[in-house]
Amino acid sequence: MSDSKPIEALNALEAEALAAAESAPDAEALEAVRVTYLGRSEGRISVILRGLGQLPAEDRPAVGQRANQVKAALAAVLEARAGALSGPAVESGLDLTMPGRPRWQGGLHPITQAIDEIWHIFRDLGFARARGPEADTEWYNFEALNTPLDHPAADEQDTLYLVDSVLLRSHTSPVQMRTMEANEPPIRIIAPGWVYRRDTYDATHTPAFMQIEGLVIDEDITFIDFKATLAEFARRYWGPDTQIRFRPSFFPFTEPSAEVDVKRVIRRPDGTQYETDWLEIMGSGMVDPNVIANAGYDPERYTGWAFGMGPGRIAMLKHGVDDLRTFFENDVRFLGQFAQ
Amino acid sequence: MNVSTRWLKDIVPGLQGTPEEISEHLALRGAPVEGITSPGDELGDIIIGRVVKAVQHPNADRLRVCEVDNGTETVQIVCGAPVVKDGAFYPLAPVGAVLPGDFKIKKSKIRGEVSQGMLCSAKELGLGDDQDGILELVGDFTPGASFVDSVGLDDATLDVEVTANRGDLLSHVGVARELASEGEGRVVLPELPGAPEIAPEYATASPEVEHNGVSVRIDAPDLCSRYLGAVIRGVKVGPSPAWLQERLRGAGSRPINNVVDATNYVLLELGQPMHAFDLNRLDRQSVIVRRAAADERTFVTLDDETREVTPDMLLICDGAGPVAIAGVMGGQNSEVDDDTTDVLLECALFEPKSTRATRRSLTMSTDASYRYERGVDPEGMQRAMDRCIRVILATAGGELTGPILDCCPGPFESTVVDLRLARIERVLGIPFESGYVESLIAPLGFAVEGETDGVLHVRVPGFRSYDVTREVDLIEEVARTHGFDKFPETLGPQRPSAVPDHPLFQLEDRLRSALVGHGLFEAQTPAFCPEGEGDVQVANPLTTTEPFMRRAIMPSLIRRVEYNLARGNRDVRLFELGTSFRKAGSGEAPLEESHLAAVMTGRREPPHWSREDQPLEAWDIKALLTDTAQRTYGPSASVEPGEPLSDTLESGSSFLVRSSSGEVVGHAGRVAASACDVPVWAGELWAFELTLPAHPPEPEPVTVTPLPHFPASERDLALLVPDSVTAGSVTEAIQRYAGRDLEHLEIFDLYKGDGVPEGLRSLAFRLRFRSPTRTLKDKQVDKSVAVVLKRLEEDLGVEARG
Repeated sequence: MSDSKPIEALNALEAEALAAAESAPDAEALEAVRVTYLGRSEGRISVILRGLGQLPAEDRPAVGQRANQVKAALAAVLEARAGALSGPAVESGLDLTMPGRPRWQGGLHPITQAIDEIWHIFRDLGFARARGPEADTEWYNFEALNTPLDHPAADEQDTLYLVDSVLLRSHTSPVQMRTMEANEPPIRIIAPGWVYRRDTYDATHTPAFMQIEGLVIDEDITFIDFKATLAEFARRYWGPDTQIRFRPSFFPFTEPSAEVDVKRVIRRPDGTQYETDWLEIMGSGMVDPNVIANAGYDPERYTGWAFGMGPGRIAMLKHGVDDLRTFFENDVRFLGQFAQ
Repeated sequence: MNVSTRWLKDIVPGLQGTPEEISEHLALRGAPVEGITSPGDELGDIIIGRVVKAVQHPNADRLRVCEVDNGTETVQIVCGAPVVKDGAFYPLAPVGAVLPGDFKIKKSKIRGEVSQGMLCSAKELGLGDDQDGILELVGDFTPGASFVDSVGLDDATLDVEVTANRGDLLSHVGVARELASEGEGRVVLPELPGAPEIAPEYATASPEVEHNGVSVRIDAPDLCSRYLGAVIRGVKVGPSPAWLQERLRGAGSRPINNVVDATNYVLLELGQPMHAFDLNRLDRQSVIVRRAAADERTFVTLDDETREVTPDMLLICDGAGPVAIAGVMGGQNSEVDDDTTDVLLECALFEPKSTRATRRSLTMSTDASYRYERGVDPEGMQRAMDRCIRVILATAGGELTGPILDCCPGPFESTVVDLRLARIERVLGIPFESGYVESLIAPLGFAVEGETDGVLHVRVPGFRSYDVTREVDLIEEVARTHGFDKFPETLGPQRPSAVPDHPLFQLEDRLRSALVGHGLFEAQTPAFCPEGEGDVQVANPLTTTEPFMRRAIMPSLIRRVEYNLARGNRDVRLFELGTSFRKAGSGEAPLEESHLAAVMTGRREPPHWSREDQPLEAWDIKALLTDTAQRTYGPSASVEPGEPLSDTLESGSSFLVRSSSGEVVGHAGRVAASACDVPVWAGELWAFELTLPAHPPEPEPVTVTPLPHFPASERDLALLVPDSVTAGSVTEAIQRYAGRDLEHLEIFDLYKGDGVPEGLRSLAFRLRFRSPTRTLKDKQVDKSVAVVLKRLEEDLGVEARG
């Protein structure tokens, strides 16, 4: 049987400490009680706990357990007394934990946000915004853009017609020609807007969607300017580690033509990172001399480049939206997630 | 275009790399690969089985019991095929094998006889439609060996995406050329097993060529510049040998019979569509290439469809009438079948645009038409003809009789395009030397025939004659073969744009941020609408529910609010900026306007413990519209009560907006019950729509009003206003008569009830007077108020209360 003396001492200490806490007249006195018994260095219970190692091994568990009980009991009384001494929680009826008075939150559509982000980068690169009609003629939508109506390339964008040669533009490229006609170089524009195709609604197609056109026309514009500007855009939009790939392609209104792919580096919260697959983000190329001539410019003097990209697709990639149609449902619970 | 990797490697000896590596190569040459499949993908469990002996099933007339050597032992298999040959090889699905369609083979007992596996038909293996019999394998095989390896199904088929300008890539040789040009390899045509060498004569004439009773005539040289016809007699139509079937399957094509397979082989290898007629079914053994006659209305094509023929379509005819739609599809009446012995083989050059117009009006597309409309190599016809003849002689036998009838009214002449080295640099930004340029484009078939003062004279090969006609087309070839990735990405100095940022975009930016600040969400909805909501009709809509373009955005937004309400979202506040379409003159493009609309329903403010929920009211939409209109049209834009512009809004509770010039540019109010379909618990819908100016003026710069130096005097007026007099007219009168020191005026209370006689209401106004030059004395202010009260009483019958 081990010596029960330390336990008895603890019992006495508990009675003394609790009585002191209960009778403390104010917060100051209460703090003095806390320091006397629980203070980290000199507190009497702290001292006992620290001295456990000097007790016979068989006594240690029982004494340790009892000391901790005393400590907890005293702490509880100290807290209760502290509450009592500080007066009512809602003095003068003002409970500041009640919720604040909110106002309605609004927000921009996620595709508008994508367009704005893209626009702000191009604005910094010296571009302005241009616009054109959504219903346009075959001339502006196809022929002026070096796309004969009887060429298979005209098929790839199955077009919605209104009357005879008037159609809903199948891309924002008609703005190229309209801007060139109304201005003189240097031209550096982007043209966001709706375009229309004869598509049915599915996860990646809608018969109307947003596109952003880009056009640069001036003297001495080369393939290097084209690559450099778009690579600069891609790194500003997707981050400095983004890889950019220009792949030969075909668009009737550009030559050479290129698809632009990006490979992003995504950092995980744990610090590791991984590369995405190549993501196709835009069609682009050097403006075809026929297009420049159709605008009334001398193609020997002026060169340029152009691109077209889909902010809807870019917003899908960015926000993890897997169905394009979600953007047009306009459910406020969806839109609310983009309120910033 | 489905491309067999094995075939490619046979054409480009030395071509290395996995299908994935080849795909990457092609992507960087402008022909990305959409997918890689293998014809043997699902057949890994199938092995070669040899039937040792087949006997009649003792208990079933239609079944046979076969002893089959599976390489390790002889197993018993019950088989339902009508013919099973002793000693022949068949694909064997052993017990445990899984066939396409997730069909698992189990050991079973069929009518009392044990069956340990299955001998398969082509259909069961997904290799064809033939299900009558099991697939007998021709040749020498090893029982137990992998079926896929043994019959060459271990190929990889690349689904190559070919852009519309590159008809030359629609063949294995075309794709091979892109790959060969990168390395030391070169394009060679693979051996044709068993094919004799031939050196046919060509009998060339125009417009008609005839030999030994067989004739070819071209009546429409504008649509068919050359037509080759070869006569092969004594063929035996039957299944193709394994090597030919293997080739076709590797390229995603299904074997049919040796003659048809030979034409498809050439189409896939060289890109030249070929067609075989049964010579003895051609009336007078003659071929006439001409436009359809007026009385030729219909024609039955090979696929058993009756096609509507129009006079602009090019037909292949015999002495009696049409036998094929040129460049699109042959006819049933001249089809090669099992009884065919003599064949007339067609190798022709049809005009792209006409082929395209024809197949479009027939709403069909075939392998042949797809190639013709993108351009077939005018210099490759004889090679294609020779090769097709040899494949037929090797696989169907027979004999080439007489010369090849070569009707050639429009011989092809290749072109030379000049390429300036200086222009290359001007477009691409870096200098190129002529020797290097030649080394880039020569492997693609371009011949540099000379150089004068920095100008290369480049002869364009026939297969590129469609897409390479100008200098810039060659510059693209230079850039592409040099490699886009090798160009630097140095951002140089740029002149700023001479095009100003469009002011309507700037106005839209301002309106968006104002409305978001008011707690609305921006919506985007397509501009299509049902009949009745617009007068601009889509001529070829895909859906019949929304074949019009909207005149107003509000109805689209109401549908989005309905959508939200149907999902239990009670508080919905949406706005949209979009285009309104209105009919212009007939045949003209519609008139477009930019509109801003908003629709709101639910509580005015978010719920909070401190206040009662309040529904949205007319005052909320009025203030929102006023704010928006003034941001758009300036501070003099006004909102006043007025009948709505459309029946979407309810009459009697609506407002009109006038621009500073007095033009009505929008309306607002409560959405009519007939214009929305909402649950009973939903609140009222309030909406506005505003037309935006096409070219908004720059917002006026703010000129600051100096802050006052002198104190103000306020007076509250409680007025008894007859119900026939509006608050607006009282306000107007006060403003008019209070004098120039009236700084501000507001209505702070409206009361009706006890103490106010029937037919009147009490309106409380607060007037603030202030002079910019002195402190106003009470006496002066009182005098102004007295004037106001007098005029109100006399002009409007409004009296001060009590």
